[in-house]
Amino acid sequence: MKFERKDILGIKELSVDEINFILETAESFLEVSTRKIKKVPTLRGKTIINLFYEASTRTRTSFEIAGKRLSADTINISSSTSSVVKGETLIDTARNLEAMNPDVIVIRHSASGAPHLLAALVKQSIINAGDGAHEHPTQALLDMMTIKEHKGKIAGLKVAIIGDIEHSRVARSNIYGLSKMGANVVLAGPATMMPRNIEQMGVKVFNKTEEAIEDADVIMMLRIQLERQKQSIFPSLREYSQHYCLNRNNIKTAKKDVIVMHPGPINRGVEISPDIADDPSFSVILDQVNKGVAVRMALLYLLTGGSE
Amino acid sequence: MKMLLTGARIIDPAQNIDSRMDIFLENGKIAKVGVNLSKSSKSKDSDKTTKIIDLTGMILVPGLIDMHTHLREPGYEYKETIASGSAAAVAGGFTSIACMPNTNPINDNRSITEFIRRKAAEAALANVYPVGAISTDSAGLKLTEFWDLKEAGIVALSDDGQPVMNAALMRRAMEYASSLQLPVISHCEDTNLSADGLMNEGYYSTILGLHGIPGVAEEVMIARDILIAEFTGTPVHIAHVSTAGSVRLIRDAKKRGLKVTAETAPHYFTLTDEALQSYDTNFKINPPLRSKQDVVAIKEGLADGTIDVIACDHAPHGRTDKEVEFEYAANGISGLETSLGLSLNLISNKIINWPELIAKMSLNPARILNLTKGTLETGADADITVIDPQVKWTVDVQAFRSRGKNSPFHGRKMQGKAILTIVGGEIKYDDR
Repeated sequence: MKFERKDILGIKELSVDEINFILETAESFLEVSTRKIKKVPTLRGKTIINLFYEASTRTRTSFEIAGKRLSADTINISSSTSSVVKGETLIDTARNLEAMNPDVIVIRHSASGAPHLLAALVKQSIINAGDGAHEHPTQALLDMMTIKEHKGKIAGLKVAIIGDIEHSRVARSNIYGLSKMGANVVLAGPATMMPRNIEQMGVKVFNKTEEAIEDADVIMMLRIQLERQKQSIFPSLREYSQHYCLNRNNIKTAKKDVIVMHPGPINRGVEISPDIADDPSFSVILDQVNKGVAVRMALLYLLTGGSE
Repeated sequence: MKMLLTGARIIDPAQNIDSRMDIFLENGKIAKVGVNLSKSSKSKDSDKTTKIIDLTGMILVPGLIDMHTHLREPGYEYKETIASGSAAAVAGGFTSIACMPNTNPINDNRSITEFIRRKAAEAALANVYPVGAISTDSAGLKLTEFWDLKEAGIVALSDDGQPVMNAALMRRAMEYASSLQLPVISHCEDTNLSADGLMNEGYYSTILGLHGIPGVAEEVMIARDILIAEFTGTPVHIAHVSTAGSVRLIRDAKKRGLKVTAETAPHYFTLTDEALQSYDTNFKINPPLRSKQDVVAIKEGLADGTIDVIACDHAPHGRTDKEVEFEYAANGISGLETSLGLSLNLISNKIINWPELIAKMSLNPARILNLTKGTLETGADADITVIDPQVKWTVDVQAFRSRGKNSPFHGRKMQGKAILTIVGGEIKYDDR
C-alpha cells in the first residue's frame, strides 16, 4: 500500500485500510525505542516543526522523540515564545514557516479547525496534534494500537468512554476510529457533558458509569478539566468523583480482563482512583504513552514519502 | 426630469397590480402607471426631454428595501463605508436601506445619526435610514433619547448584536418608543444561553468540536418579547429569525392578534449548518446557520406570512476579520449583492409568488418602518427596481461594490438580478 495523504487532520477522513496500514507501520517502529542506540537514519535531512499553541507535555515530547529517533531535525515552537504574543496571525506564522522549507508541521491549537486552515494554506504535511474539542488523531491511533496489542483485535470489543465527552477531542477521534474498526462504543457522563446528537455518531449513551462499563472489554476514562466547574457543567469534584470515578467497586461490572486507559494527565481520585490507575492488571496507561512514540514515528515516516 | 419605462411586467403589491404596463416618472415622483402610456401620453405628459427605456421582458417593482444592514461607518471604514454600502445596495436592487447602530461610536445620539445622514446624502445613491440604539452605548442600562434621535432621522430602535437582556428595560423601551411611533427591532438572543457559541448546536457542532448556540437562545427571547408586547400592547419587530421554534412562536402570536412582525435573511432559507464542515469562516454568522428542519420551517413561515420581511443582515468584514481561526473570526455575511438573487429561488421553488416576494422586500419593510415607500402609487417617490428574471450570473465577491468580500455564495450560479435601480427618479445603477 502506498500512503497518499498530505496531511493527518482527523480520524474521520481515514479508511480502515489506512488505519491498519498506519498501525502496522507503527508496529515496525516499536522496536527502535528498545534499542541501545535509539536512532535510525530514516528521516535524516528532514525538518519537523512542532507548533504548539496550547500547553502540552506528553504529546509535544512524544512528537519530538519520534522525530529525533528517526534522525529528523525537530524544532519546537510554543505560543509563549513565538510571534503569537506579538499579534501575528496563524496564517502569517504558517507562511513564514513554510518559507523555511520544513517537511512536516505538527500543530496543536485550542481552536477547532486550526490545522485545517493551515493544511489548506501550506504545501507541507500537517499533523493535527489536537485541535480544540474536534480531533486528536494520533491519540486515537495510539489507543487503537494499545487495544490491539492487549486484545488481539478491535472488532467486536465493547469500549466504554467515560467523562466529559463534550470537550474531548480524544473521545471524538476514538469514536470515529473504534467504530470504523468494528468496536461497540458506549459513552457515559452527566448529560451536561454529552454533546448534542452524539448518538448520530453511532454510539450509545448512558448517564451512569456502571451501565456503560457493564461487560466492557476496554474502559477509557477522560480527564475532567477543573475549570469546567465554573461553567456549571458539574457542581463539584466531590460529587463527580462519587458517581463517575472508576474504582475497585464499579469496575467489577466490566469483563474480568478489562483494560483501563486514560489519555492523561490523570486527576487521581477524580475520574480514576489511584489503585486502578496503578494496577498493572487493569491499567495500560503508560503503555499508551509508549505506543504514542511509535505511532508518531509511523506518521512522520509515511507523510515524508516512506512506504512499505 | 421625465422618464417613461415601457413594456415591463409591473408588480405593485400595495395596489394589487401585476400586469404589463408602462410607468411615467416626473420630478422624482411616480406620475402615472397605465397601459400604453407611450402612445397615449405622447401628446401631453412626455416630451422631447423624456427618457424612454424599453423594459420588455423585465419585471418592474417598487424599489426594494432592506431594513437590516450594517454600514460600519463611523468606526470600521475598512469593512464598509456608507458610500460603499450604498453602492452595494443599489447594485443589489435596493433603493432604501436601514443601518444598524453598532458603529464605533454607537449610534446612540443625534450627532451620529446626523453624521450618517450627511454621509448618505453625499454618497447620493440609496436612501439610508439610520436605526438608533435602544440604550446608551448599547450597554443595556439606560435608554437613549428617542425623541432626539427621531428628530435627527432614525426610523427604528435596536441594540442589535448586543441584545437587551434586561426585560424591564425592554419593556420601557417598547412603551416609550410606541408613544412616538418608533418601531423596536429585537435581535433575539439570550446571551447566557449563547455564550461562547460559534455555530448552531446540533450534530455538526458536535462532530466539529465547535461550541454550540442552541436554537432556544433565540426562542426564549422571542417568547419574552412577544409577552412584553402583549402586556404593553405595543409592536415589536423580530430580526433575523432562524429557527423552527421561532417561526412557531411568531405564528402563534400573530394568530392571537399581537403586533408582532418578523424578518429572516436569505442565508437562513438557503444554507444549513452542514456547510460549516470546511471550517470556512464565511459561513460564520449570528444567529448561526441552522438545521434542515429549521430551513423548512423558515420557508413555511415565509409562505404563510408569518415572516413579513426578507432582510439580508448585510455584515461586511475585512479580510483580517475572517482569515483567522474559526473561533476568532467575526460573524456575518456581506449580503446586499446576493440577497435578491437568493430570494428569487423562493419563486422558482414555488415557496412564494412574485407579489409576495416583492411585498417582503419592499412594501412590508416600508410599513414596519413607517416609510411612505414600497409602492408605485401616483405621487409616491420614484424608487424603482427593474429585475431581469432570466439573466444567469455567477457570484464573484471581487466584483462586489461592498468592501466586504465575505460571502459564502462566491462562485454560486444565480438566475435573475436587478438591472436598473432608480432612486428618486434618478438612475443609480444600470446594468442593462
